[in-house]
Amino acid sequence: MLTGLLIILPLVASLLVFLTKGGTARTLAMAAAVAEFALSVFVYFQFKTNPAAANLSLNCTWVESMGIKFAVGIDGISMLLILLTTFLVPLIILSSYQNNYDKPNAFYSLILLMQMALVGVFAANDGFLFYVFWELALIPIYFICLLWGGENRGMITFKFFVYTLFGSLFMLIGLIYLYNHTGSVSGIKSWAINDLYAAGKSLNIDQQSAVFWMIFLAFAIKMPIFPLHTWQPDTYVTAPTQGTMLLSGIMLKMGTFGVIKWLLPVAPLALEKWGGTAILLSSIGIVYASCIAIVQKDYKRLIAYSSIAHVGLISAGILSANQQGVQGAVIQMLSHGVNVVGLFLIADILLRHTGTREIEKLGGIRNMNGQFSVLFLIIMLGSVALPLTNGFIGEFLLINGVYQYSAGVAAFAGLSVILGAVYMLRSYQKIMLGEKPSSGIEFGSLATSDKAVLIIVCIVIIAFGVYPKPLNDLAEPAVKTLLSTLK
Amino acid sequence: MLNGISINYYILLSAVLFIIGAVGVMARRNSIIIFMCIELMLNAVNLMLVSFSTLHNDAKGQVFVFFIMAVAAAEVAVGLAILSMIYRNIKNIDTDLLSNLKN
Amino acid sequence: MIKLIALVPLFPLIGFLINGFFGKKLSKGLSGGIASVSVLASFIVAVLAFLELEHSTNKSHVVELFSWISADTLNIPFEFLYDPLSAWFLLIITGIGFLIHIYSTGYMHDDAGFSRFFTYLNLFVFFMLLLVMGNNYLIMFVGWEGVGLCSYLLIGFWFKNQAYNDAARKAFVMNRIGDLGFLLGIILIFVSYGSISYGDVFSRAGVSSNAVVTAIALLLFIGAMGKSAQIPLYTWLPDAMAGPTPVSALIHAATMVTAGIYMIVRSNVFYSISEVASETVAIVGVVTAIFAATIGLLQNDIKKILAYSTVSQLGLMFLGLGVGAFSSSVFHVTTHAFFKALLFLGAGSVIHAMGGEQDIRKMGGLKGKIKITYITMLLGTIAISGIPPFSGFFSKDEILAHTYEHSKLLWVLGMIASMLTAFYMFRMLFLTFFGKFRGTHEQEHHLHESPSSMTIPLMVLAALSVLGGALGLPEFWHMPNWMSEHLSPIILHKNPSALDHTTEWTLMGLAVVAAGVVIYFAHAMFITNGVLPLENEEKMKPWQKLIYNKYYVDEFYDAVIRKPLDLISTAFYKFLDLQVIDGLVNGVGSMVKGTGNVVRLLQSGNIGFYIVSMVLGVILILLFTFII
Repeated sequence: MLTGLLIILPLVASLLVFLTKGGTARTLAMAAAVAEFALSVFVYFQFKTNPAAANLSLNCTWVESMGIKFAVGIDGISMLLILLTTFLVPLIILSSYQNNYDKPNAFYSLILLMQMALVGVFAANDGFLFYVFWELALIPIYFICLLWGGENRGMITFKFFVYTLFGSLFMLIGLIYLYNHTGSVSGIKSWAINDLYAAGKSLNIDQQSAVFWMIFLAFAIKMPIFPLHTWQPDTYVTAPTQGTMLLSGIMLKMGTFGVIKWLLPVAPLALEKWGGTAILLSSIGIVYASCIAIVQKDYKRLIAYSSIAHVGLISAGILSANQQGVQGAVIQMLSHGVNVVGLFLIADILLRHTGTREIEKLGGIRNMNGQFSVLFLIIMLGSVALPLTNGFIGEFLLINGVYQYSAGVAAFAGLSVILGAVYMLRSYQKIMLGEKPSSGIEFGSLATSDKAVLIIVCIVIIAFGVYPKPLNDLAEPAVKTLLSTLK
Repeated sequence: MLNGISINYYILLSAVLFIIGAVGVMARRNSIIIFMCIELMLNAVNLMLVSFSTLHNDAKGQVFVFFIMAVAAAEVAVGLAILSMIYRNIKNIDTDLLSNLKN
Repeated sequence: MIKLIALVPLFPLIGFLINGFFGKKLSKGLSGGIASVSVLASFIVAVLAFLELEHSTNKSHVVELFSWISADTLNIPFEFLYDPLSAWFLLIITGIGFLIHIYSTGYMHDDAGFSRFFTYLNLFVFFMLLLVMGNNYLIMFVGWEGVGLCSYLLIGFWFKNQAYNDAARKAFVMNRIGDLGFLLGIILIFVSYGSISYGDVFSRAGVSSNAVVTAIALLLFIGAMGKSAQIPLYTWLPDAMAGPTPVSALIHAATMVTAGIYMIVRSNVFYSISEVASETVAIVGVVTAIFAATIGLLQNDIKKILAYSTVSQLGLMFLGLGVGAFSSSVFHVTTHAFFKALLFLGAGSVIHAMGGEQDIRKMGGLKGKIKITYITMLLGTIAISGIPPFSGFFSKDEILAHTYEHSKLLWVLGMIASMLTAFYMFRMLFLTFFGKFRGTHEQEHHLHESPSSMTIPLMVLAALSVLGGALGLPEFWHMPNWMSEHLSPIILHKNPSALDHTTEWTLMGLAVVAAGVVIYFAHAMFITNGVLPLENEEKMKPWQKLIYNKYYVDEFYDAVIRKPLDLISTAFYKFLDLQVIDGLVNGVGSMVKGTGNVVRLLQSGNIGFYIVSMVLGVILILLFTFII
């Protein structure tokens, strides 16, 4: 029931926001997002006291003739990702206080609609429902990018939309294939997640391989994994900052979450056969994207490529299918979500204050605003996974997980430790340190809303770097349960 | 046998009328003429229905014909209204010129 | 006190937080005072705990703080280990750290970033303490990377200068290369032993195969190469001299760079088992020692000379580790911390007096002007050159004696390195303090002794440099070698010296004679003949040019690693990403679009054509239905 409420609240708020006019839209959206966060924290405590509590899940019939149910529920992994979503959306809304968008009611309404779909994706326990939410999430972000995006947005958002839709259709085929194999015992077909798991396991290796690649394709495009990533940098750069945050902070996690919950348990045999190939692709993506990030000139594009590198490691960790890898992936998903929101806000602040994001045209900002430089430094360190920042916990577990799969791949993927430091420090140095460039830029003090977001992000980075136990407590048993179904 | 005339002649007449109509629709470019040709085809079908209805002593066919005539009349009313609007706009009713939907 | 050992890192952390948040609002005295007092408090706690440990029979205390990371079988608590090794390092770090804090209040007095400096310095002390106090490899890694961060921040302390920032970044990235090795080593330890806590790992080390142990040892050593500036990852350390001089003394001489030694001593069991790994350590160490010493011969920047000397001395310590003389290396770490910190601080005092000048070609004749600095630096130079009874002699001799036992060749190389050390150190001393003043008139006028906040640490360190040898007197003098006894609980495979006394005396005598000859030679060259360093490169002989340019190693790395990396990255981006991969994706799009464009032509808008097609279609359908 509570999970249902988590989905409905943003939907209702979204409709209400759409009906308002002018400045109230933002306030209302903010209030709704905070309320949603409070609700999710309440759910978290409920879940902590009794994970199996009946009031958490919801299971009602939707289309009876096809065995489709509106079934949502919570396990440790989805709890974490729902918390991430509900935590980030207020931050994302807060980060928009300095941008004055046209038609704010539509903008914030779409953000809340997006939130609803994302929570739905993470909570769905029914294959068909999962697919519905999965596609539903695409619609608001498409309009956010299309209507409030930057240069050349028509072409780029179209490519993004078609590309991801293309992948999703393969997933749908895969899911329908699984659905058709359900009910071998009872004779009643069903989309329930456990029935799909059972159906997947009853397949032989060739059938599983087909299902594996079809479903993986959708997730790989969403994450994105090399070489399916080319929609991502353009979309991230063109989308409005809040859109980019939604895309990279949360939507990307749909892909990684999907692999954990909807792919691993469905095709364990195929994973054994093809997991190595997928890990290899992911690892190539890490080094490849890191290298490309080194030569980027636009800071936002640099973060976009760094995001590909990070998600490559997450994907490799998941596919290595051991406790450390998958748990590290879950934790890194949270860390990356928070850090990348901070980084994209920094890119936005740079643009707003100086009129450019070109790394070469910036410099000497350290002199003009010491506070900003400290916040930037902390977020950057989180991103390069320095110990005692949140990024490190995930990265250590991930490399550990990949290592258990293959030491060579781990060493190769570990190059991101070095390359990440290269491009992050290089850009930080050029943007913040040294003398003011000859072209002359000014950088005043930060707006309160920006400062608030950056400070919150920094607190999270350090708090969960020093004390990640709350995250581990949720992730560890859930991952253990999940992995036990693989055997 | 209908009134001493073999059913084949009815079919033949109907077919000829239909083909004239079809060829007219395909070949002519004047919208009014195309319209008339459509009516011709409809009437060819009507003729067929009526003939077989009489042959089999079954009134269903004739009932159909009434419906078709009613629909055709309504169609003519709407169609001619459209045509006259087009004529007012572009002073022409040549179908080859009416290809705006292409782009 | 041992139960409260967590206070040791806590005090600098508090100092860091106070200075970090309120530093700008505090007066300079208060800001520097808080920072120094916090380290002093740690030092006091460390001393008390140390005394308790000395008198206790239990030599290993674990203090658990909280559970940090847990993933199924991987359990990493955040806990501290207090044993003789960490106890000793705590004393070095907090003791010398405190002296350098005091010195910094004088040295940095006129700097705009005064409180920022102490913020970083306190943070550094905190991470360094974590590094040595952790009870598992991951806590060590936390400190390891944390000190790297502080080193980065402090090298680039004067952040307006991009050359300094480049040096800082270079240090961080090079360290990260080592860190990756270290990280993989930790993971391999976990995979092999199911734990990364020292106690578990060392007790199980014998179980795994020699290959695994060798792999672990080598991976850890890669980390040590980065942090302790060994070939091939040493080039960051000389560049790191861009930071303020107290930083060079604390981080890049006394503490952080010796973290590699600490790590290997801590993991001594692996190196005792693996012949290959310890051989590698010894060879890398001795090669670095000689290589860096030769570069030091012709440097003209007073801090760069000391930096290469540090690299060289670290090489010597690794030589000691490689031949199994673990406690000797810790001994040398200690004495080196004394005299090298002294030399750096002295150099800082010289630079302070010279108004920021670091080039020894522009110095000379300073001994009368800055007496305390001169005398203390002289003591430091004698100590590093290995003249008895100064501290450097004992520690170096112990390492060389063990090396001699292990391999004569390594011993010869080690001897050469220490002779070179004596030469370039006295060269620096003579050029700086003797002869005529070669700077500008203005500088000469400005020359003055540093304030007492700077000279007192110099004097304390000088005293330690002179007397520090007492910590490890040679065994055959029938005196207790305190250091090796102190560390014996943590050295799992002991390697007592089996040399007979005559040989030891001979070796010792040889070392002293060699050092004496070298110093005499340096004296003849720079004082009697008054040779000065060449002003420009054109006049140099080819070998001098090669050394003067540091064997072109930086240029080599630039050409072999940095440039190709940039090139590959650009190729990946411009060609592979934008052209090939995105080209394929867009190609699919354009293909669909192209097909559409062709098919679109059928939709001519010509009603007649539509009808004809329809009729033809109907006819075709009929034909198909009836014929097929």
